[in-house]
Amino acid sequence: MANKKTLMEGNIALCEGAIAAGCDAYFGYPITPQNDVTGHMSRRMIELKRVFLQAESEIAAINMVLGVAATGKRAMTSSSSPGVSLKQEGISYLAGCELPALIVNVQRGGPGLGNITGSQSDYFQAVKGGGHGDYRVITLASASVQEMYDMPQLAFELADKYRTPVMILADGYVGMMMEPITMPEKAPEVKTVKKDWALTGCAGRKPRKILSLYMSDGLLEAHNRKLNEKYSLIKKNEVRYEAVNTEGADIVIAAFGIAAKICKSVLQMAQKDGLKVGMIRPITLWPFPEQAFADIAKTAKKILVVEMNMGQMVEDVRLAVQGKIPVEFLGKPGGSIFSTEEIYEHIKKI
Amino acid sequence: MSTSKKYKRPESLQETKHLYCAGCGHGIIHRLVAEVIDELGVREKTIGIAPVGCAVFAYDYFNFDVTEAPHGRPPAVATGIKRVMPDHVVFTYQGDGDLAAIGTAEIIHAANRGENITVIFVNNTNYGMTGGQMAPTTLIAQKTATSPFGRSAANEGYPIKVCELLSSLEGTKFLARVAVDKPGNVLQAKKTLLKAFQNQLDKKGFSLVEVLSMCPVGWGMTPQAACKRIQEEVTKIFPLGVIKDLTV
Amino acid sequence: MEPAGKKKPIVIIDAERCKGCELCIVYCARKVLGKTKNINKAGYNPAVVADPDKCTACGFCYLMCPDNAIEIK
Repeated sequence: MANKKTLMEGNIALCEGAIAAGCDAYFGYPITPQNDVTGHMSRRMIELKRVFLQAESEIAAINMVLGVAATGKRAMTSSSSPGVSLKQEGISYLAGCELPALIVNVQRGGPGLGNITGSQSDYFQAVKGGGHGDYRVITLASASVQEMYDMPQLAFELADKYRTPVMILADGYVGMMMEPITMPEKAPEVKTVKKDWALTGCAGRKPRKILSLYMSDGLLEAHNRKLNEKYSLIKKNEVRYEAVNTEGADIVIAAFGIAAKICKSVLQMAQKDGLKVGMIRPITLWPFPEQAFADIAKTAKKILVVEMNMGQMVEDVRLAVQGKIPVEFLGKPGGSIFSTEEIYEHIKKI
Repeated sequence: MSTSKKYKRPESLQETKHLYCAGCGHGIIHRLVAEVIDELGVREKTIGIAPVGCAVFAYDYFNFDVTEAPHGRPPAVATGIKRVMPDHVVFTYQGDGDLAAIGTAEIIHAANRGENITVIFVNNTNYGMTGGQMAPTTLIAQKTATSPFGRSAANEGYPIKVCELLSSLEGTKFLARVAVDKPGNVLQAKKTLLKAFQNQLDKKGFSLVEVLSMCPVGWGMTPQAACKRIQEEVTKIFPLGVIKDLTV
Repeated sequence: MEPAGKKKPIVIIDAERCKGCELCIVYCARKVLGKTKNINKAGYNPAVVADPDKCTACGFCYLMCPDNAIEIK
């Protein structure tokens, strides 16, 4: 199929990607820096005769998503950090009820109200639960506008395949930057799966119910074990990462999202100076590419984790490396952004 | 408007025994909803939303598709379902804690948007499932597990009149308060529920029926005394009748 | 309500569904229903049809039963 190249903002690319992926309904609430998503969807979804609704709250938005998801249609909400905190109850229910849905976090600085520039400080919230209960959320980290366009498709497919909520963890920088992207002239046909659990009215079949409440003895244990089996399957099948110049590298950078994008320029600077620096960029933050880090620990001398927070993903890297080689950390909190120079200077020091 | 003379469990109700306490009004209200859905012939295109509260197991009692919703969020869940399936019959079944406390924002905005859904709001003036705590609808001086000296206006404010509160919103089309404390009121409750569902089929917009219901265990009295309490105390604060009807 | 006519109404109480709340007994105008000392599997004293001949099939017991334990034929 013919492709076209176009200049687009990250948040808009996300919308167009979700629309191409067959998003039936979008529910959102104004919060910076994701406002362009809600704004763009408010026009495009209505034009396409799909569902757009500005909800009265983040909580209402995620529960509208839950309602649509229960019918088997594709639903999405987006927000920024404080708003995603409010959605956690609903995300826990989506996981417990085994409902597929897409949640996007265009992260900003925290904690509390924080600020409105991009940040990566919601890593823990995204991959370690966020809400109550023993559950996981597939978390995709977008590092470019192209990925903002491509990821909704993958997110909806994974959500349907595993009946589970999927999060795209973006940030204010990726959301608001402009980049050229390639998109197909005509959106490919949406791949849908048969949903023999969806609530569509009980014509010609027995009534169905969607629930996460298991009161009788042992039922909740069984449900949690079933969920865990699903999570093991996801860990086995769905790990995604990008490895750059890792072969023969002395130092390997670990970074995701916007930090990884900046580090790509650092790799070029190092290459020019003859330093052997590579990078592993986790694309799925959960499931985390543990094996990739375990393997690199056999050949590299050091890992430098670069994050725009005070040290979150670094914990998972250290778990994966298991003390085999030193894992150093360079952080930037509070919605401030790294310069390539400061990362490169740090690499030269270690 | 017709009411059934069939004195037999409706098809829209499963045979499953309810877990409700003896004399609890929920069982009557479930049956009325089921009868109405049968009579309208919409069982196969109905999707119910169960709350968190005593009626949390509603999906085990109704004989059509039902989803769970987080506490207070059924109107938002219903909005999602109805927006993508406008020709289905969508209703929420909520208690006073669910609808009038933790879910206040959701009900007000679903009502204000004029969502074409039916809301069944069961007001039994306390939180039944959790052990009879004070609800937004608890009457002044009513003793509950969390108002042991009786609800005082100075400390806890006044009982919320949900129908009256919602009546100022342009999105609400039909608001009525009924009770299930005696046979005549049960018949009236059924007629009112029938209208609230018919409104949805006629795409008239947001309808809510508040049902005053007995909670004998929560109130610490016999079922008979609980019925009497509705007649003598509860209806004094929450008068029965149609509060708003813009469907005619 | 249907008058007592050609066919004699039969009230059936499912003793295992009944929780003994007695609302049917309270609202039965003709004292057709009554209490018992029987105990069902759930531990309740179910209502019984004490005087079936007086029944007019007014349906009040059915209307007030929260447990769908009453059927009138």
